Amino acid sequence: MLEKMREIIAEQLNCEEGNITPETSFKDDLGADSLDLFELVMALEDEYSVEIPAEELQELTTVGAVMEYLKNKGVEA
Amino acid sequence: MKKSIALVTGASRGIGKAIALTLAKEGIFVVVNYNGSRERAEEAVREIKEAGGDGTVWQCSVADYGACQEMIAGIVKAYGSLDILVNNAGITRDNLAMKMREEEFDEVIATNLKGTFNTIRHTARQMLKQRGGKIINISSVSGVMGNAGQVNYSASKAGVIGLTKSMARELASRGITVNAVAPGFIATEMTEVLSEDVKKYAESQIPLGHFGSPEDVARMVAFLASENADYITGQVICVDGGMSM
Repeated sequence: MLEKMREIIAEQLNCEEGNITPETSFKDDLGADSLDLFELVMALEDEYSVEIPAEELQELTTVGAVMEYLKNKGVEA
Repeated sequence: MKKSIALVTGASRGIGKAIALTLAKEGIFVVVNYNGSRERAEEAVREIKEAGGDGTVWQCSVADYGACQEMIAGIVKAYGSLDILVNNAGITRDNLAMKMREEEFDEVIATNLKGTFNTIRHTARQMLKQRGGKIINISSVSGVMGNAGQVNYSASKAGVIGLTKSMARELASRGITVNAVAPGFIATEMTEVLSEDVKKYAESQIPLGHFGSPEDVARMVAFLASENADYITGQVICVDGGMSM
């Protein structure tokens, strides 16, 4: 899953794929603002056909947190 | 180039209809939203087509949050994008504040202010994906200057101005502009019901000396919806014959 996530994140946030690890924080490491995160979530929703409610956005601060969240939603790696 | 898609709420008559016709003349596909007046909305689309444009009717009460969500999703599904949103749907329930019933206040806020939020709430997501879009909210000089007998209406229209500015700030980094147009006295059914005395008095307050036409407002909306206005956001443009200056 990390590979695909890297690709989507790099494209959405305009950053290097190589710098993205599960520990990467969207805000602190990649400089994403709240609109960036919103757009990233929309891209993930499209890619994985899941719905991520806006209320749950604030918990998803790192790449790993998003992967964990998607797994819990039943998304296969 | 792909045809732009516009949604104009409350477009079966008055200023909304003039906006729909004007945008259609610019080659934009216009979704003519209506709540109750189906036949008149269909008539508006007929006029659009007769003038060589294209459009369709779409029923939805903008005061209904869920219905707005369905309408926006339906438009995107049917036409592939939503590039221009004009929040025009509005009602009046004029009364002196001390005589005004609670429903008269609530209904006006629900349609004019919350209705504007409802459509924007669901359109912003689509425009974010498209990385662009134009949102134009119809306010009123009543919301700028206040107007006796219209505490509900002027509060809703002043609210639209605040909403416009906040929304403009939220979406500016993505190239989406949000502006408000504040018409003064415009000759429509909404102002037709005013007594002759009130109309005379109103005219005396307008430096240009007469009521405006729906087309006067529509041309400003068409400008703000065009690429000529790409560098304009968060503004309130009064189309009022100089009344509010």
